Amino acid sequence: MNEEEIYQEHVLDHYEDPYQKGTCPGATHAHEEDNPLCGDVVRMELKIDDEGKIADVWFDGTGCCISLASASMLTEKLHGKSVDEAKAFAADDMLTLFGARLTPNRQKCCLLPWRALQAAMFSPTTDESQK
Amino acid sequence: MATMHFDPATLLADFPILAQEVHPGVSLRYLDNAATTHAPRQVLDSIRDTMERHYANVHRGIHALSEQSTELYENARGKLQAFLGAEHAEEIIFTRGTTESINLVARSWGDANLKPGDEILLTEMEHHANLVPWFQAAERTGATVRCAPITDDGQLDMEAFKSMLTTKTKVVGVVAISNVLGTINPLEEIIATAHAVGSVVIVDGAQQAPHQHVNLAELDTDFYAASGHKMLGPSGIGILYGKRELLQTMPPFLGGGSMIRRVTTEGFEPAELPTRFEAGTPPIVAAIALGVAIDYLKKIDLNAVEEHERTLTVAAQDRLQALGGVRILGPSPDKKVGIVSFVVDGVHAHDIAQRLDSHGIAVRAGHHCTMPLHKRLGVAASSRASFYIYNTQEDVDCLVSAVEDTQRFFRKRK
Repeated sequence: MNEEEIYQEHVLDHYEDPYQKGTCPGATHAHEEDNPLCGDVVRMELKIDDEGKIADVWFDGTGCCISLASASMLTEKLHGKSVDEAKAFAADDMLTLFGARLTPNRQKCCLLPWRALQAAMFSPTTDESQK
Repeated sequence: MATMHFDPATLLADFPILAQEVHPGVSLRYLDNAATTHAPRQVLDSIRDTMERHYANVHRGIHALSEQSTELYENARGKLQAFLGAEHAEEIIFTRGTTESINLVARSWGDANLKPGDEILLTEMEHHANLVPWFQAAERTGATVRCAPITDDGQLDMEAFKSMLTTKTKVVGVVAISNVLGTINPLEEIIATAHAVGSVVIVDGAQQAPHQHVNLAELDTDFYAASGHKMLGPSGIGILYGKRELLQTMPPFLGGGSMIRRVTTEGFEPAELPTRFEAGTPPIVAAIALGVAIDYLKKIDLNAVEEHERTLTVAAQDRLQALGGVRILGPSPDKKVGIVSFVVDGVHAHDIAQRLDSHGIAVRAGHHCTMPLHKRLGVAASSRASFYIYNTQEDVDCLVSAVEDTQRFFRKRK
C-alpha cells in the first residue's frame, strides 16, 4: 500500500486542526487508553445526559498522526449521538470512517481512541471504583 | 587469516533480498539491522544444502546422515567458539537466541544461587530481554533488581554503577552495546569491578558480536549471549557462552531428550556439557547456517566493519543534526557504533517510519524493547537507523533526504 493514501488530506486536516481536543466541562464518563508499544495515549471524556445522549465529547492525548486524526473523527462522529448508537459503532465502522486503508499495525493506532471511547461509556467519573 | 577486501557495494551482490523494489519503482534501503540482518547467498545455500543432502537428527542415529548432521552441527559450535574466543567448545550452548540464553541463566543459575537479600544489578539501558528474566528470577527467589543509571548523553554512569555494586550483588547484567543508543559499555572495567565483589557477570552481546571483535576468554565474563539472526544467520538460533566450571555446576534449564545421561522411572542424571543445556532436537539447520555466516564474517575484518559503520554513523548524525529539529539519542559517534536513534520535533516516530518506507527505507520506530530507557530519555518513542556491512553512503544520503522530506511534508501544512 502506498503511504500517500494513508496521509490523505482529510486525515491531515483532523490531525492539525482536531475536533474537540481538550477537556470536557462537566464530564460524566472518562477513560484513558494507551498503546505501550508506541507510547500513544488517548483520553476520552464524555458528558452523557439524562436521556442517554452524548451531549458533549472531548479527547486529549499524544500520539501519531493516525491515532490523533482518528480521535478527532470519532468525537465529531459521535457528538450528539445516543450511547446505544455509540456502543453499536464497531471497530469496522471506525476503520471505514477513517477512510484511508491501513496495515494491521497502523489499524491499532486508528482503533486506540475507539477503544478509549468504548471503555469510557462504562466508566462514570463519579463512581469511586472507577479511575 | 586472509581478509577479504571490504567493499560494501561489492558485498551487496551476495544479498538477493536487498536487491528488490519494496514499492513500484522504489528500491529497498535496509537500515533495520539492529532488529535483524539479512543473509548472504552462502547462508541460504547452506540451509538448502543441509536439508537436501545431510539432514537427520543429531547425536542419535547410527547411520550416515545422522553422522553427517552431527558433524556439521558440532563444527558450527567450533566455529562459534573460535569466532568468539571461547576456551572450550562445550562452553558454547546453542539456544534460540539472546532472549533464551539470558532466560537460561536467570532460571538455572539464578534459581540455584539467588536468595532474599541478594541483589541483581542491571542498567537503565538494558533491552527487555535482560530485564524481564531477572524480574522473574527476583519474584521466584526474593532477590532484588536494581538498575544503574545512565548519564544525560547516554553512557553508563560508572560512578553510580560502582556505588551500587556491593557484596550483596550476586549477578551483574549489562548490555555490551545499547540497541538504542549504540553506546559501547566499558565491559572490562564492569567485569573486573563486579568480580571484585564476588558477583558473576552476564553480557548481552546481541549488538556486539556482529560488529566488534570479541575475545571471551580475555574478556573474562562469566556468561555471554548473542543471536545468530543479527549476524547474517537465520532466526531461531543463538548462543549462550558460559565458563565451563560455572555451567558444570548449573542444573539443566529445559528437560527432555538429549540433555540426560540416564533416565530411570525414579529420576534422571543430566548429561555433560554442552548437551546438558540442549534438550530436545536443536535448531540443527539454523546452527549449521550460522556457522556459514561466521565463515563469511571471518573473511571480512570485523575491525574494518566497525570502522565502516562508524563512518556511516558520523555522516548520518552530522547530516540529520544539520537539518534542525532532530534530536539524536546517545553519545558522540566515537563512543558508539552503528546505531542512530533520533526524534524529530513535531513528528511521531510511526509517522517517520511510514514516510521513510514510502522512500524504500526500512527503520525501526517505537521503544525498541527498552521502555525504561525511553522513559529516562523523556521520549515516548524514537526512530532508529542501524547499519551493517552492506550499507553504503548512498543509504545515508537517502535516509537524510527522506527525513528532510518528512519534515517538509508535516511542516508545509502548518
